[in-house]
Amino acid sequence: MTGTFTALDLARAQFAFTISFHFIFPAFTIGLASYLAVLEALWLKTGKPVFNNLYRYWIKIFAIVFAMGVVSGIVMSYQFGTNWAVFSDKAGPIVGPLMAYEVLSAFFLEAGFLGVMLFGINKVGPKLHFLATCMVALGTLLSATWILAANSWMQTPAGWMMNDVGQFVPKGSWLWIILNPSFPYRFVHTVIAAYLTTSLAVGGVGAWHLLRDASNPGARTMFSMAMWMAAIVAPIQILAGDTQGLNTLEYQPAKVMAMEGHFSSYAAGAPLVLLGIPDEKNRRIDYSLEIPKLSSLILEHDLNAPLAGLDTVPQSDWPPVSIVFWSFRVMVGLGLAILALGLFSLLARMRGKLFEWPLLHRLTVMMGPAGFVAVIAGWVTTEVGRQPFTVYHLLRTADSASPIASPAVTGSLIAFIVVYFATFASGAVYILKLMAKPPSTHETLPDAAPIRTAGITPASGMGAGGD
Amino acid sequence: MHVDLTIVWAGIIVFAVAMYVVMDGFDLGIGILFTRFRVGAERNMAMNAIAPVWDGNETWLVLGGGGLMAAFPLAYAIILPALYAPIIAMLLGLVFRGVAFEFRWRDPNHRARWDAGFCLGSIVATFAQGVTLGALLQGIRISGRAYAGGYWDWITPFSVLTGASLVIGYALLGACWLIWKTSGPVHDEARRFARGLSLGLLAAIAAVSIYTPFLDAKYYRTWFTWPGVCALVLMPLGVAAIGSLLYRRTVKGRDYLPFALTLSLFGLSMLGLAISMWPDLIPSRLSIWDAAAPKSSQIFMLVGAGILMPLILAYTSWAYWVFRGKTAEEGYH
Repeated sequence: MTGTFTALDLARAQFAFTISFHFIFPAFTIGLASYLAVLEALWLKTGKPVFNNLYRYWIKIFAIVFAMGVVSGIVMSYQFGTNWAVFSDKAGPIVGPLMAYEVLSAFFLEAGFLGVMLFGINKVGPKLHFLATCMVALGTLLSATWILAANSWMQTPAGWMMNDVGQFVPKGSWLWIILNPSFPYRFVHTVIAAYLTTSLAVGGVGAWHLLRDASNPGARTMFSMAMWMAAIVAPIQILAGDTQGLNTLEYQPAKVMAMEGHFSSYAAGAPLVLLGIPDEKNRRIDYSLEIPKLSSLILEHDLNAPLAGLDTVPQSDWPPVSIVFWSFRVMVGLGLAILALGLFSLLARMRGKLFEWPLLHRLTVMMGPAGFVAVIAGWVTTEVGRQPFTVYHLLRTADSASPIASPAVTGSLIAFIVVYFATFASGAVYILKLMAKPPSTHETLPDAAPIRTAGITPASGMGAGGD
Repeated sequence: MHVDLTIVWAGIIVFAVAMYVVMDGFDLGIGILFTRFRVGAERNMAMNAIAPVWDGNETWLVLGGGGLMAAFPLAYAIILPALYAPIIAMLLGLVFRGVAFEFRWRDPNHRARWDAGFCLGSIVATFAQGVTLGALLQGIRISGRAYAGGYWDWITPFSVLTGASLVIGYALLGACWLIWKTSGPVHDEARRFARGLSLGLLAAIAAVSIYTPFLDAKYYRTWFTWPGVCALVLMPLGVAAIGSLLYRRTVKGRDYLPFALTLSLFGLSMLGLAISMWPDLIPSRLSIWDAAAPKSSQIFMLVGAGILMPLILAYTSWAYWVFRGKTAEEGYH
């Protein structure tokens, strides 16, 4: 095993494996935390028990997802050092402070208020509890801000200079580093993706229960809210993705060439390759299904604009074309499917059949996991598309790794695979079990809620809302 | 006045590590002792004593790691590969115990399994942290700006000793937390555990303290020449005084006292560690100034830390305050 894979391959496999697993959880908690804040706000405002019940329903799922996000996230914060030591040394003075800000402004905020959010409903009263929910939601967004600033800097480095020991160090203002060219686009696209992912998961659960009992008030409310979100946000997301693509074209053209499957340059109008099989060796797309000139229209807003291909880039600087080509198509395909689902829901709503159209509900159940798949596919597109560099055009991945021999990395990779599947697969089963239960009109609080034996009687707080 | 920001940042990292050891120390300790409690109400009570706060406690570990990368990137880039196996083991241990908090409630049929995972994960994570400390103290081989040793260098009798010592130490912290936070059989059992563990911790501190000066000539010089020799005389006295008080207070006395006394033992141990290490991050090879991030990075982070750390301490204290008092056996269901 260690004979065929180098230590570098194994370290990359380990990073890809752990980050892909990890990313699923924040993609869900970012959306779910905001959704819970909205539910609690609606409950406080209207006093309608359905919102309180939905809050209680989803917070149990949130607790599991959050715990998995925390433990898989701790792994990430140490893996830069264990496996990517040269990168950490060289880029640490820039990437490190951004991550330190993530810990200080986001992780502590989430963790500090999470206990109150999960277990404190009857201790602090509804208003303070709502504040705790909002702080957790704010924490998830701040976390996304800092980590995406760090990631975007690796994609489009700015505001740096090299010191005499070869480290990237800040040059002038930190704002150049944080607001690097791809950050605003990546941030918008990623956060919307998290919201969309959550709306599909929530909608899928709602639809599942509507198929069994179309009168369940909790299922109706969550389905309706989720479908509004999908219908409104999916088109926005497609626009956001388009602008990020244009930004990538400007700063990382080779990534876009791989996404588009453009091995060769086009002098007058490049075709949009819908499907096909990239053949990197012979530099062509086999069985290509394409629309003439459309790629030039999308990327340059001109049917006849010339578009450079991978033939203008040295092959040693190419990203792995097949992976990027396919992951991009998976993401875009799912994005279009989500858009279609949103439009279908609008049609159903107009006809007054939102809760009585089983086809819509079946499709929504099928699309429940689509957001997670799209998020991972998008992340693969942007990260694999950054290869063969860790800091784009400045530091090669091959020059970034730790001096760890392959047997050690093999061992850790196997250990990660075994432990992650054992724990996170169980977590997924528990989440599905919770989702399979229809939302009742008397949702319980999360288990394990510690109460004080001594002291005052807990305030009636949220507890009364469900009755 | 000239302020050396590198020293300030070393102080902040030490503070983060100390906060971590104190806070995650007691909840890892409860994990270590977990399967010693009876299935049912006792275990639930032990779990409830930490369920609302464990996540915040563990965040200090992320700050320790992230802060080290930010403030001393070279040290981060050398120490982590050098301690590859124990760090990976720690991370995987933390995964197991972290998910067990939620999973044991969700799956009553396999609760025993998650309880065992919670306990085993806590022991592995703690032992690995102790090994990490020992391996760092005994020294790391460097060539240029990189780790130059193999992937088994970390394991020695000394690192195994520090690993075992930390398991005892955290278990004691956990027992003392339970003395403070619970009542009934759990409280009584925690007092029994704490009694034996306090003797164990004193023995561990003695063993590590006697071993350390002989690991490296620099430690020997530090402790056996002026002014280190003052500490050499005073430290054992302090440890003995607090230790004997702790031993008696585990039997009876105010419920918070054993925890406070154990904390002061940890404080003294960390002080001793700081005296040994100062001013190096990797003993005799890499000082804090060798590894420091450039000034602009230090200043940028100091602004954030200066504003955010007091806020963090404030709302973390508030969260502890919300869950003050004795923990109940059963939660809401």
